[in-house]
Amino acid sequence: MSDTVLFALEAALNGLTVGIMYSLVALGFVLIFKASGIFNFAQGVMALFAALTLVGIQTGQVPFSHLINAALGTNIHDFGFTLPAILSIPLTVGVMVLMALLIERLVLKHLVNQEPIILFMATIGLAYFLEGLGDIMWGAEVKPLDVGIPQGMSSTVDEFTYNLFGYGFYIDVLSLWALGIAAVLVTALVVFSQYTKQGRALRAVADDHQAALSVGISLRFIWVLTWSIAGIVALVAGIMWGSKSGVQFSLSLIALKALPVLILGGFTSIPGAIVGGLLIGVGEKLFDFFMQPIIGGATENWFAYMLALVFLLFRPQGLFGEKIIERV
Amino acid sequence: MKMTHVAAAFAASLAVAAPAVAQDLHFPMLSYRTGPYAPGGIPFADGYHDYLTLLNERDGGIGGVPIRITECETAYNTERGVECYESVRGDNPLVIQPLSTGITYQLIPRVTEDHIPMLTTGYGRTSAMNGNVFHYVFNFPANYWDGASVAINYLLSQNDGSLQGKKIVLVYHNSAYGREPIRTLEILAERLGFEFLPIAVDHPGQEQGSQWLQIRRERPDYVLMWGWGVMNAVAIQEAANIRFPMENFIGIWWSGSENDVIPVGAGANGYTALTFHGIGTDYPVYQDIQQYVVDRGLAAGAGDRIGSAVYSRGVYAAMLAAEAARTAQELAGHGAITPDEMRDGMEHLNITDERLAELGLPGFSAPFQVSCANHGGPGAAMLQRWNAETQSWSLITDWINSDRELIGQLADEDSAAYAAENNIAPQCN
Repeated sequence: MSDTVLFALEAALNGLTVGIMYSLVALGFVLIFKASGIFNFAQGVMALFAALTLVGIQTGQVPFSHLINAALGTNIHDFGFTLPAILSIPLTVGVMVLMALLIERLVLKHLVNQEPIILFMATIGLAYFLEGLGDIMWGAEVKPLDVGIPQGMSSTVDEFTYNLFGYGFYIDVLSLWALGIAAVLVTALVVFSQYTKQGRALRAVADDHQAALSVGISLRFIWVLTWSIAGIVALVAGIMWGSKSGVQFSLSLIALKALPVLILGGFTSIPGAIVGGLLIGVGEKLFDFFMQPIIGGATENWFAYMLALVFLLFRPQGLFGEKIIERV
Repeated sequence: MKMTHVAAAFAASLAVAAPAVAQDLHFPMLSYRTGPYAPGGIPFADGYHDYLTLLNERDGGIGGVPIRITECETAYNTERGVECYESVRGDNPLVIQPLSTGITYQLIPRVTEDHIPMLTTGYGRTSAMNGNVFHYVFNFPANYWDGASVAINYLLSQNDGSLQGKKIVLVYHNSAYGREPIRTLEILAERLGFEFLPIAVDHPGQEQGSQWLQIRRERPDYVLMWGWGVMNAVAIQEAANIRFPMENFIGIWWSGSENDVIPVGAGANGYTALTFHGIGTDYPVYQDIQQYVVDRGLAAGAGDRIGSAVYSRGVYAAMLAAEAARTAQELAGHGAITPDEMRDGMEHLNITDERLAELGLPGFSAPFQVSCANHGGPGAAMLQRWNAETQSWSLITDWINSDRELIGQLADEDSAAYAAENNIAPQCN
């Protein structure tokens, strides 16, 4: 095989793995949109907030310490203990569930029967609120995140491809972990929605709000459930991306990567989020590989949106989305 | 009658609330404590603020005139930065430090028209070092072209004076800031015979897979980085992932803070970056900041960043501004100086080893003297290397000078074009 083919193959493989990372973010959007028709603008900030909370709990940081110190003249920063990931992750899940409960009580409950655009606007407000809350609770400095997921070049892939092609491919071990975690997450979501009472209720609400309400399904409970699951997915995305760069504000911007994924895969399809992520990942890496010598690099940000635009022209509902037919 | 009382009360309240024009020294801060670049913006703003607070608390201000510090949040956003400038320009600001190359470019014509000096310490428009054209803009003590030249001079010293046949990659933030050193490096590549390859990373730089796959394929001898924010940590992580030798990876000073290396852990060991000021906490001024500012509860932040790379840069920028104000007071013969007098002070600024020692910052900066024609300072920098085990930087070189002949020539070309575009007659005034 020629060098160009090998390099392109390596770029495509890396695109697949990074695409899974995009899918992890897109999944949270899909879950909420499917169950409640809300495009949750705050999903990226939820990933940031979840990751900040995880690091804060792991390192025994006192929440709101800057505020407490300024108000009381104290000098406290941490509790003096650290927690292993196995304990801090469930505790963070607890915080995300509590957050879902509060969002339902304080925001969504008051907006029942409002237009989708009103709910969307509410999530914009929520995003700004969570950004500020995260800063005040845990501070704005960069925080290293280590939950024991290894990083770096996979020697196995390197050696295997070297023996096969005479050129060792680079794959980040973290991305392989993301692949496994995404598979577990999607399987768990499918099992939950197919085989549990709550999952079936969630699907019923997603299919038809009115019909679900008429058979006694609590819309408020389903919203709490959906936002809790979206919070857990945000935590997973926050862990994977935060392990790479440290936990900092930029983590919230990964939501921008999820939008083209959603347009490709459809806003209502879990498999669509996965396939959309893979397509965007592979597409942007191959485009950059072939076009970089001609038009220069840094194409990743806009290429995904260009691809999404083309999809919008020919298939506005996305690959797996529901086709909306409105009869007059 | 009632209305008369109200009007009188209103007038009285205005008299109390109105700023005392020229009764204090107004140092506005265009800072960013929010947004994706906040982890870098916060320690700089804290350092700047704390140093000026120290002067107020310990010395009663500068030359007996108290300092007034105001802060405006830009979020590292050019439009907001311009709005911040507009909000302070009528309030006798002595010097504007926008802390963003993008904002700097927008403010150059405005500050020139308003006669308000602007200082861009280690950033901004490089050719502004030519004081004949940029009368109100200063970028001492070093600029991006100096940074590129110092990095190449360091590499020359590591390769027996020759980079012939070497390949050097520049990974840069795809912005006005990141693109600044490209022309200098292209010329140096032509002169010194090395291959130069610039690779852009778009804002914010959270995902750099393509760039580092390309670097792995290109197998460069050295990688230089002009990054900011999350881009730095991700780049260092990616470099560690592809097993690129860290000692051959050199960042500009804005890619050399603890924020950039700590998240990477052991993989960042040996990463090298430029700095144009001293590092660490071993300077008497930091003890004073602790005693007069932090211990009195007056610190801008939590007081736990003292001595970190970007905090130190904030202190340095404030010290330069304060020294310029002191010089301006001496020249003007009075304490409450105007922005125009401040500009004169900046043009006569003389940073000597003796003065640095008096300020509690011995050896913190290369000594330099600003002049009407040279607004750029000496252009020297040192290299620092990260030790992941001790979580600290250590200097690995003394001051390395840049190729000021080349940089002066480039600055003259660029500033001549700017002067022609803006009908400026180059002159020293």
